[in-house]
Amino acid sequence: MFDAAHLAPPRPARRFRAATEEPAALRRGLIGLVFVLLAVLLFAPLVTVFGEALSQGAGAALTALAEPEAHAAIRLTLLVTALSVPLTAVFGLAAGWAIARFDFPGKAVLITLIDLPFSVSPVVAGLCLVLLFGANTTLGDWLVGQGMPVVFALPGIVLATVFVTFPFVAREILPVMVEQGRAEEEAALTLGASGWRMFFTVTLPNIRWALLYGVLLATARAMGEFGAVAVVSGKIRGVTATVPIAIEMLYNEYLTVAAFSLAALLASLALVTLALKTALEWRHADALSANRRA
Amino acid sequence: MRIVAKSPMPGFALSAGLVLSLLSLIVLLPIGALLVRGAGMGLGDLAAAISGERVRSALLLSFRSALIAAAFNLVFGVVVAWVLVRYRFPGRRLIDAAIDLPFALPTAVAGIALTALYAPNGVFGQIAAGAGLRIAYAPPGILVALVFVGLPFVVRTVQPVIAEIDREVEEASATLGASRLTTLRRVVAPVLMPAALTGFALALARGVGEYGSVIFIAGNLPMKTEIAPLLIVIRLEEFDIDGAAAIGIAMLGISFAMLLLINAVQVWSRRRIGYV
Repeated sequence: MFDAAHLAPPRPARRFRAATEEPAALRRGLIGLVFVLLAVLLFAPLVTVFGEALSQGAGAALTALAEPEAHAAIRLTLLVTALSVPLTAVFGLAAGWAIARFDFPGKAVLITLIDLPFSVSPVVAGLCLVLLFGANTTLGDWLVGQGMPVVFALPGIVLATVFVTFPFVAREILPVMVEQGRAEEEAALTLGASGWRMFFTVTLPNIRWALLYGVLLATARAMGEFGAVAVVSGKIRGVTATVPIAIEMLYNEYLTVAAFSLAALLASLALVTLALKTALEWRHADALSANRRA
Repeated sequence: MRIVAKSPMPGFALSAGLVLSLLSLIVLLPIGALLVRGAGMGLGDLAAAISGERVRSALLLSFRSALIAAAFNLVFGVVVAWVLVRYRFPGRRLIDAAIDLPFALPTAVAGIALTALYAPNGVFGQIAAGAGLRIAYAPPGILVALVFVGLPFVVRTVQPVIAEIDREVEEASATLGASRLTTLRRVVAPVLMPAALTGFALALARGVGEYGSVIFIAGNLPMKTEIAPLLIVIRLEEFDIDGAAAIGIAMLGISFAMLLLINAVQVWSRRRIGYV
C-alpha cells in the first residue's frame, strides 16, 4: 500500500486551476495574440528597414552611407545631439534638485509646465520657434543682424531638439529623488561638506542610473527628431539636413536604397539604445523610478 | 520676502533659476510667441482661418485617427500588459523590451518602413489589396502609423499597476463565489481603469500631433488624407504664417484640453483608489 508515489510532490494538477488565473486555453490564446500582433506591428517594420537597405546588396547600402551629403547629415545629427542632450540633462538635474528638495508655491504648476512639451505636437513646437526667431520678427531680424540666424540654422535645430526632449531627464530623476528623501544630503551638510561636494559625492551617485536612463531616452529622441526639426531646418542639403531630414529628402527623390540605408543606421542606434535601456532596467531596477522597474 | 521655507539645503536659487530660465527661453517664450501671433490676428480672423474646409477636415482627420488608434491601443495595451505581468512564457523579457521600440525608433524611419510594408506592392499591402483593401495612401494607413507610435503608452502605464495588484483581493473575490470574469470585471478593471485612461490620453495626445510617421504613408491628399501638422508645414512653405499660426493654436488648444483630461483622470483616481 505504501509506495514512493505517495511521497512524491503532487504533479501540477491539470484539472485544478488557481482562482486567480485564467483558463489555460485563454492564457495560451492571449499569449499567441500578443506574439502575432507584435510581430506584425513591431518586428515587421524593423525587418523591412534592414531588408530594403540591403535589397541591392550591402555594397549599395555602404556606398549610399559614404555619400558626402550622408556624411554631412550624420555629422550634423551627432553635433545637434551633443549640444542638446547636455542641456536637457542640466535642466533635469536642476529641476530634480529644486522640486524634490524644496517646497515652494507653484510647484505643481512647474511640474505640469515641465511635462508640457509631451503634449505639444513637434510641428507646433517648430512653428513656435519660427514665430519667435524667424524672419520678420523683431528678435529674428536682430539676431540675423548680429550674424546669428536661428531659424534655418544650427541654433534653431538645437532649440527644436531641446524643446521636444526637455522633460526626458527630469521625469526620470524627479521620482527617484523624491523617493530617496533628503536625509543623506542633510547628513553630508551636517558633516561639513560644501554644497557642491554634497552634490557630487551624495546626490549624483544616488541618481546616476536614473540620470543615465533619462540621457539615453533623450539621446534616442534627439537623434531621431523629425517634425520639429523639419519646420526650423529649412532642409538645406548638406547644411541643415539632419539624418531624419536627409531620409525624407532621399525617399521623396525615389532613392529608396539610400533612404533606407540611413534609416537602417538610425534603427541600429535605436536598437542599441533599447538594449542599454533594458540592461539598466534589469541590473539597476532599484535605482530607477518605480514604473521603470522590470 | 522668502518664497521658500528656510532650509539648510543649498542651491535653491541656482537650480530654480536654471529651471525657470531654460523653461522660459526654450518652451514658454516660443509658445508665447504663437499665442501673441494669434492674439494679433484677432478672434474673427483666427476663426476664419480654421473654419476653412481644408483646415477643418485636416483637424478632424488628425483627431479622429488619433482617437481610433488610441482606442485600439487601449484594448490591446491592457492585454499586452496583462500577459507580460501575469503569464510566464519563453520570450517574455524580449517582448517586454521590444514594446519600447516605437519610442526608440525615429518616426521618419517608422514612416518609410510602414509605407514599404503597406504600399500596394508591399508585403502586407498585397494581402490587403487581395481583400480589396487599400491601406497606404489612404485613411487606414494613418491608423497603422498612429497605432505603431502609440503602442507603448497604455502598456507602460498599466504594467506597474497590474504588478501592484494584491492577488489576495482576487482570491477573496473568487472565494466569495465570483467567476473569473466577474472578478476581472468588478475587481481588477476598476483598479486598472485610471492608468489605462492615462495611457489612452497620452497616446491620443501623441497621435493628434504626430507628423513623421504619418506623412509618408498617408498620401497627403487635401481634404482626404492630409493631417493637421502637415497643413501647418504647407502653410509655412507658402509663407502664410497667420494660417499656420491659426492651425497651431487650434492644435495647442486640443493639447491643453488633453493635458487637463489627463490631470482630471489622475485626480479622480487618486480620490477613488488612493494612487495613480
